[in-house]
Order: sequence, then structure tokens, then C-alpha cells
Amino acid sequence: MKKLLYRHETYVLLVIIVLAIVITAINPSFFTVENLFDLLKSTSLMGTFAIGMLFVLISGGIDMSFTAVATVTGYTIAVLLLKHGDSMNMALVFLVAGGLGILLGMLNAVFIYFFKIPSIITTIATQNIFYGLLTVVSEGKWLYGFPEWFDEFSSIRVFTLYSETGAPYGLSIITVIWFVLLVISWFILKHTVLGRSIYAMGGNIGSAQRAGFNIFGLTLFVYGYMGLMAGIGSVIQALLVQTVAPNSLVGKEMDVIAAVVLGGASLMGGTGSIPGMILGVSLIAILSNGLTLMRVPSQWYEVVIGLVIIISVGVSAYRRKKITRKRVITESN
Amino acid sequence: MRQKISYLSILIVAMIVVMVMMWIFNGNDFMSFNNFQSMGYQLPELGVLSLAMMITMLTAGINLSIVASANLSGIVMAFILTGMVSQEGVVQDSSGVVVLAILAGLLVGILIGFLNGFLIAVVGISPILATLGTSIMIGGISVVITKGYVISGFPKAILTIGNGSFLGIPIPLLVFLICAGVMTVILEKTPLGTRVYLMGSNPIACLYSGVDNKKVIFQTYIISGILSSVAAIIMIARFNSAKADYGESYVLQAVLASVLGGVNASGGFGKVSGLIISIIILQMISSGLNLMGVSNFLTIAIWGIILLLVMVVKFLLEKNSQKRKFS
Amino acid sequence: MTVPFLSLKRVSKQYAGVTALDSVDFELQKGEIHCLVGENGSGKSTMIKIISGTIDPDPGSIIEIQGEPVQNYKAINAIDKGIQVIYQDLSLFPNLTVAENIALCELVGDHKRYVQWENMKKIAEKAMARINVSLPLDALVGEISIADQQLVAILRSLTRDVNLIVMDEPTASLTKHEVDSLLAVVKDMKAKGITTMFVSHKLNEVLQIADRVSVIRDGKMIGVYPAHELNDKKLTFLMTGKKVEYRNFTPELKSNVPILECRDLSRAGDYKDISFDLRPGEILGITGLLGSGRTELALSLFGITKPDKGEILINEKNVKIRSVQDALKFGIAYVPEDRHVQGLINVQPVGDNIIITTIDSLVNKFRLIDKKKKRERIQQLVENLAIKIPGVDSPVQTLSGGNQQRVVLAKWIATNPRILILDGPTIGIDIAAKFSIHEIIRELAKQGIAIILISEEIPEVFNNCNRVLVMRKGIIVREFDTAKVTMDEIQDYVNGTF
Repeated sequence: MKKLLYRHETYVLLVIIVLAIVITAINPSFFTVENLFDLLKSTSLMGTFAIGMLFVLISGGIDMSFTAVATVTGYTIAVLLLKHGDSMNMALVFLVAGGLGILLGMLNAVFIYFFKIPSIITTIATQNIFYGLLTVVSEGKWLYGFPEWFDEFSSIRVFTLYSETGAPYGLSIITVIWFVLLVISWFILKHTVLGRSIYAMGGNIGSAQRAGFNIFGLTLFVYGYMGLMAGIGSVIQALLVQTVAPNSLVGKEMDVIAAVVLGGASLMGGTGSIPGMILGVSLIAILSNGLTLMRVPSQWYEVVIGLVIIISVGVSAYRRKKITRKRVITESN
Repeated sequence: MRQKISYLSILIVAMIVVMVMMWIFNGNDFMSFNNFQSMGYQLPELGVLSLAMMITMLTAGINLSIVASANLSGIVMAFILTGMVSQEGVVQDSSGVVVLAILAGLLVGILIGFLNGFLIAVVGISPILATLGTSIMIGGISVVITKGYVISGFPKAILTIGNGSFLGIPIPLLVFLICAGVMTVILEKTPLGTRVYLMGSNPIACLYSGVDNKKVIFQTYIISGILSSVAAIIMIARFNSAKADYGESYVLQAVLASVLGGVNASGGFGKVSGLIISIIILQMISSGLNLMGVSNFLTIAIWGIILLLVMVVKFLLEKNSQKRKFS
Repeated sequence: MTVPFLSLKRVSKQYAGVTALDSVDFELQKGEIHCLVGENGSGKSTMIKIISGTIDPDPGSIIEIQGEPVQNYKAINAIDKGIQVIYQDLSLFPNLTVAENIALCELVGDHKRYVQWENMKKIAEKAMARINVSLPLDALVGEISIADQQLVAILRSLTRDVNLIVMDEPTASLTKHEVDSLLAVVKDMKAKGITTMFVSHKLNEVLQIADRVSVIRDGKMIGVYPAHELNDKKLTFLMTGKKVEYRNFTPELKSNVPILECRDLSRAGDYKDISFDLRPGEILGITGLLGSGRTELALSLFGITKPDKGEILINEKNVKIRSVQDALKFGIAYVPEDRHVQGLINVQPVGDNIIITTIDSLVNKFRLIDKKKKRERIQQLVENLAIKIPGVDSPVQTLSGGNQQRVVLAKWIATNPRILILDGPTIGIDIAAKFSIHEIIRELAKQGIAIILISEEIPEVFNNCNRVLVMRKGIIVREFDTAKVTMDEIQDYVNGTF
């Protein structure tokens, strides 16, 4: 119990509960099944990126290039859909986007591992490269008008309910995809040797090396997985808005990092979990959804989100500072 | 020491290679006074912002709020500048207003630097998260006070800073050179500079040597904030406008320019001279490609490639020199 | 005699033309406890690396395991033969649980895919049962004590069929009690036929249970000796090749007025009711085991931590030392225990490391650093302390241990301290360099500086100080006048066995 109190995640959960109560008090439509399903659907995009980011952060790295990777994969499938849309299907779309994402992610891993370039520098460079080249090739054009089946897929619901006004709603297939990814990723991190090795590598890479872990393999996997999530994310983005724009994602990478860190992952590596990450992503999602429902002018969103990040990260950093100070002293006892 | 000199020489070689290549591709269009002058107008924004980034990176930190800070500071200046214009119709005494606006803008930078310093030194948030948080929040404040609109129409005096020249040298370039000079003096010649490098390498040993680490962090981020405001002056003066979301891509580009300039991503090493050469390389690529009529986006892709290339070369050289040591 | 478990024959290793090992012969019998001792740079770590297969010895060297010569010997072969190395830093994962730390490497080694947490605990429990220890399996390794971490490292090597465990400086950061339980574990392993090889740069507790001791010096094997035949003096002679005798020194007081007085100083969990005074010219020894409160007391006198209760008087005036800057103002200097983390900025130039404490006094009237003043200050200190450096711009990490410690001393001498606190000033420093550091300390005392010398080496405090305070469990248990006591008596008080 005491341990739970020290945990950062407990506070995030507390903030979410308080926030939910306040929002519901002001606008009861927040706490409706319809709104929750909507919220889940729109959160799936950030939630998918966050999975990949979580893996990278646990391993002790960072990836600033995933938005650019997602832009490249998104644009690639958009072009394919427009040209050969009729002979394609959803599985193929995911395969192409995911596969390309993995390749680009692994390219990062190669630079990080072989040339010992810090991950932040490598991925800032590749972000520039991927995004720059894509925008040149695409001439910045927006792509839309995808085949009907692509649009239809996005409105598949696992089950359907009807609101008072008769509008249908339900659990979207997009949310289901996200959930499946969450479960797989949770399993990898918690129950496979691979997952535990990623934690070990983030905790102490030198020890991992001495203990005979395949560091290159792990690096390749982690950045490849981030690339895979970027690829899948780009399909989700295309499904959600039915448009692919080269400039819609790049620049948003720090928001995803902030959400994952809010969920308890450390930039120093070695810590973080899927449940924690879900809390972090939820907090940001509920916050922006709640601000809308509370009719806060949209200009205020960023101020509030910035404040929430500063305060929650600040509280946890300050507590950690106090605790470690205490520990330093009691340890020598 | 030898290793650092050799990195600077890699950079100089890279600069010459880029210059020659651009000359070959563009002929005398590139090697013209006009082109170099226009480069002199374009490079200072990123240059000053990179200085703001660099000093925080030397302490093993980072400042993601430089652009948000510059925008807010630009907006505050813009309010003062336009406020005076609209009240009096035509501004008579514009130099007074300009001075007032600039002072207010610098004050904004100082306050933001102080806030960052507080979050990092006192609260104990890691620099990347603290400045990410302030960046989002400050960006939000800018949106709130401008309602997302562009503020424009400034008195002539301020526009001169952005577009004028002195003895043929663009004034923004002069501003950059002054900032770079001041920074060199701070880093090389003041006790603070020495502390910045030492703290960047080992803050614990500094604490045990009587260095007031908190004070150094505050000073670093305040200097970074002031430089962001200086960049803001150049930006609003060049565009004759201010807006909440100008130049957002500059944040990562400033990191890129700093690292390319030899700033160590884990702190403790890096010199202003390297940064200046790095900025020149980046600008020559940008201007050269622009003359060739290539998209700006190809420019940033090539910037990325150059950064990777230089890091790879640096890695190989270091590995080589180590091998020599042990074989 | 039976076939040795491991034997090295004529093993040599050269780095960049420098001979690290010169035709070394070395043997480990099955089930023995063997110590390898030598000074820093004697070739110990090269030996460990060759035994663990991390580096290749030069051609002509022969490695035999259980009598069989091995070719192309790599780390993976070493593990297969049941050879495990526990490095000084333990190489654990602080963010994972005890059970995971023990079991994960085995799972990785066996190319397992999935983690069954119950199974993992079983592996860990089995290892613990082998040596009769018990640790909380779900605790994070970063949150348990160093001694328990050491056990985790041992347990990790026991998950496989292990024949030989090599431990690099295993007792460096353990308290007396913890060392005793480690030794019990090692004896237990011996009973199970596991060979243990301790590697150390100094004589320590391990000698009590060792069977044989090999001494290495300058890359050459000096000899193998039955442990019971060795004593401190003899071993030191073997390690250094020099007859070294501590020269006794009696500091002379320069004044009878105390410069520093502590009155009932307490800090919860650290130290309690500490009272003593210190006079100019005096060298006051403080000795005690790790965790006795010796370092914690020094940190409070230096403004890093704050006492909860009690008074500190400087020049008979009550003062509060809230920060290191305050301590500096009162003329207090502190040479810390951990030279590489707290003492020096390893990657930065020697010069900057020396002037870090006094840089504010090296400025001209524009508050800019005066290059000439800076150069002169550095040169003067380098000469005064006879620091051997390639140049003032070389990173301090390129210097030898003794010279590094001189750099730390130099930066404090630059502040003209009136009170100098030295915490383990000769840890990890070779004998010869150690004595010259003592000479410097004595010289400073002669100049009238009041010195507190904290050390766990009794000969060090005994031969340099006029008084010695013995600390145990946070309190001063006894004050001795070094002229009226023997080293053994002090040792008894340190261990609490009087």
C-alpha cells in the first residue's frame, strides 16, 4: 500500500478521476458511453504511437523521427490506395505501412548501434531526412478520395448502439486494433525474455552487454517496433480522417513523448509500463476532450496541457528528489 | 585537445566542400555579393536560436522552449509597437517605443529563463521535460493573447533591424555576430563559462567543489531566454509581424546545428566557433539549393544527411585514434 | 596433486607495446579459495579479462581448463566451462527485481522466449538454497543494500553449473558485518566444490579464509604463498617490491585555541552526539568502518547535509554551514571519498579542475578571467604539489591515481583553507604515492592548517595523527592519544571487539 503511494501512476490515476468528476459535474455528457467510445476512437492514434515510444524509452533511447516515418508510410499507402485501390485490401495496407515503418525504424537502430550516435541526434537527423524527402516527392499535396472499402472499414463497429437522437455509435474497429496492439505489447514487455531484456538494457546497458545480451538485436527490435507502430498509426490516421497530408504529424512527436512520460516512463530508461502509458495517454485525451465539453475556448488548451505536464512531472520529480535524499542517508545506516 | 581541433577541421573541410559544390552547381550566382548578403539576412534567426540552445546543451541540458519563448516575446513587442502606432496614428517618437518594446521583449525572455531554471534547478524536473512543458504552455499563452491572429504593422525603426544594413553588412548578421561574440566571451572568459563546461561534465564534483549548481542553471537558462528574445527581435523585424506559431521547426534545427557545430549531446564540450561554421554550412546548402530552384524541404533532408555524415566521420576518426593508442 | 581446475602457462599480453602480463604462470585448484593481489596497474584486471575470455592473450600463451588446453578461448567458452566473473560494479540491473536479476541471464543464455514469473522465482530460490541465503525476490535491486546486491550477483552466477567464481574487489564497499556474511557464503561454496578467486589491490578480510595467495607485480607473477604464511608487512613488500615502513609523525599544535568545535552534533540515521575540537596544526584522525558515520559527519561539516541538532563553532563563534559555499567561506575544504565522482571532473582539463574552487579570484577588473593569473596559479600549484601532467589541458582522467589525488588537493590548497578534511585520501593509490600524499598532508599541518584525516586504515591514522576518534554506529566510542595506544587497541574499538 505504501509502495502504491510512492508510485507516480497512482497520482496520474487520481488526477484522471478528479478531472472526470469535475468535467462530468459541468457537462454530464462527458460520462456517457457515446462520448467514451468517441474518445477511445480518437485516442487510438496517439495511443498507438505511444506504444512504440514506450518501448524506445524503456530501452534508454528516444525517437524524434516516428512522426516523419508515419508521414512516409501514410503517404505511401495513400498513393497505393489511389492507384491500385481496387486490388488491395486492409491487410495489405497494414502490411505495407507496417513493413515500411519497420525498415525506416531499423535504419535508426543501425546508426545508433554502429556509429554510437546518441538516439536523439540520430532521430532528429532522420526526421529531417524522411520528412524533407517525402515533402519533396509529394510536393506537399494532400491525398484523399480513397476507395469506398477503405472508408467503410473505418466505420465498422464491433457492436452498435443508438443515441437518443437515433445516431449510431459503438466500439470502433480502430479502437479494437489499438486494444489488440496494447495486449500484444503488454505481453511482450511483461512475459517474454525479449521484453525483460529491453528493461535490462535500459537499466544498465553495460551490464547487459557483459551478460551476453544481443544489444544490436534489441536495438533493432525496439526501433523497428517504434517504426511498426508509426506505420500502423499512419493507417489509423488515414482511416480516421480519410485524408493524408504530409504536414499533419511532424512536430507532434513531443506530445507523444510527454504522454508516455506522464505515464511513468523515464527518459533515463529502464522504467515504464503499458498500464502506466494508458493512463498518461488517457490523461491528455480526457483533458482535451473535457476542455471542449466544459466549453473552454480552444485557445486555452495548450496552456492547460502545458501546466498539467509541468505540475504532474514536477510533483513526481520533487517527490523523487526528497525520497532519494532520504534513501542516501538511510542506506549508509 | 587534439581531438577537438580535428573536429573543427572536419567542419571547415565540410564548409569548403559545400561551398565549392554550390559554386559548381550555381556558378557565379552563388559566389556573388548579393547571394552572400541575402544569406546574411537569413542565417541570423537560426544562428541566434542555436546559441540559445547551445549554452543549455553545454550544461547537459536542452531548451525546447526557445521558439515558444521567442514567439511570446515577439508578440509582447508587437503589442507595444502596434499599440503605440494605433493610438497616435503616425508614430512620431518611434525610437522610444522601439526601445521600450525591445526591453519588454527581453524581459519576457528573462522571465521564461527564470521559470525554466526554477523547474530544473529547484523542482528537479529533467531539462527536456521542463522545457517541453513550458514550451507548450508558453505557446498556449501566445495563442490566448493573440487569439491566434497575426500582429503586424510596425514602426520603421524596428524594420531597419530586420532589413537594413550597415556598410553593406546586414544588420541581423551584425546582431548574430554580436551575440556570438558575447557568448564566446561568456564561455571562454568568465568564471560562469568555465562552470558551465565543468557542470556539464560532472555536476556532483562541481557541488563538492563549491560551485552553486542551481545558480549556474538559472544563469544558463536566463541567457538562453535572452538570446531567444534577441532572435524574436530579428524575426518580427524581418517579417514585420508576430504570431504564436512562427518557426516551430527551429527547435530541432537548433539542436541539429549545435550538434553539427561540435556540441556534445551529453554536455561539457562545444565551442561557438564550431557553431558559427555549422550555421554557415547549413545556410550555404539552403541558399545554394534555393538558387537551383529546389524545394526547401530537400534542404532540410540534406541537413539531416550532413549531420549523420559528420557524426559518422567523427565516430570513425575517434575509433581510429583510439586504435592507434592501443596498437 | 590433482589436476588444477584452471592453469595459465606463460601467458603474456601486450597493449600498444606496453607489457601488461609477462609470461605469467597461475593455477587454481578445484574448490580452493585463492587470492590474487597486486597494486593498481600490476596486471590484475588483464588476468581477469583473460580468464573470462574477454581478451585474447598473446600467441604462445597456454590456457588449460581441467588439464585440457583450450584454443580460441572466448567469453562464451568461459561461461560453458562454468567460469563466472563478478565485476566490482556488480553489473546488475537496478530497475529489475531480485528474482529477474538472478534468472534473466540464464533465460537469455538458454534462448528461452517466454518468462514465467513463477519459474523465474523457482530458479532464484534454487540458487538461494544452494548457499543458504534469503533475499526478497520481488524487491527492486536498486533499492536493496550493496551487500545484498553482491549476493544477487553471486546468486546469478550460481544458476548455472559453476566451477569458478572470480570476484573483483568484492569487499570494497561492504561493512564489517556484511563482509563476514559474504565470507560465510564463500566457505559454503567451497564446501560444494566451487573454486573462488578473489582479486584485490590490498590485504583484507578475505585473507582469513583464503587457502593460497598469488602476488602479481608489474605484470610478473611474484609467487604463490599459503595464506597463513603472510602478514600485512610481508604482503606489502611482495606487492611493491619495496621495504616500506610507515614513518611516524607527530603534529605540533600551532595554537591552543580550537579553530573548530562540535558540540553534541546529531543527524538522524547518520551520527549522534558528536563533540570534539580541532586546533591549528593538528591532524585529527577519525576512523571507523563503512557506515560508522565518519563520512556522514564530514558531509555535514562541509555543508552538503545539515545536522538536526547541536552546534558548530569556528574560531569560537557559533556558525551554521548551510552549503558548500558557506563551508568555503569559513575556510573548510573537503577531499571526498569517491575521487572519480565527487572529487574530479574526469573528462575536463587538469587546469580547470585545479582552479574550479578559486576561479572567482582569477578575474581582472572587467570580471573576465585573467589568462596570466590563471596560468600562474595552475603552474604554481602543479609545481608545489609536484603533480606529473602531460599538460594543463589534458583531461584529468589521463593521470595516475596519485597524481589525480594531488589535483584534488591542489584545488583545495588554492583556497588557503584553515580546516582541511581528508576522507580516505589514499584509497586506490599505490604505496609509494600514498606516502608522498602523507608527506603533503604533514607539510600542510606544519603550515598551521587544522586537518581531519578520515580513514579506515588504522596505520594511516595512527602514524599521521596526534589524536584518533573511533566511530561506530554513528557515535564516537573512544578518543585516543596516538602516543599512548597501539594499533591493535584502536582496531578492537573499530570492530567493537574490545
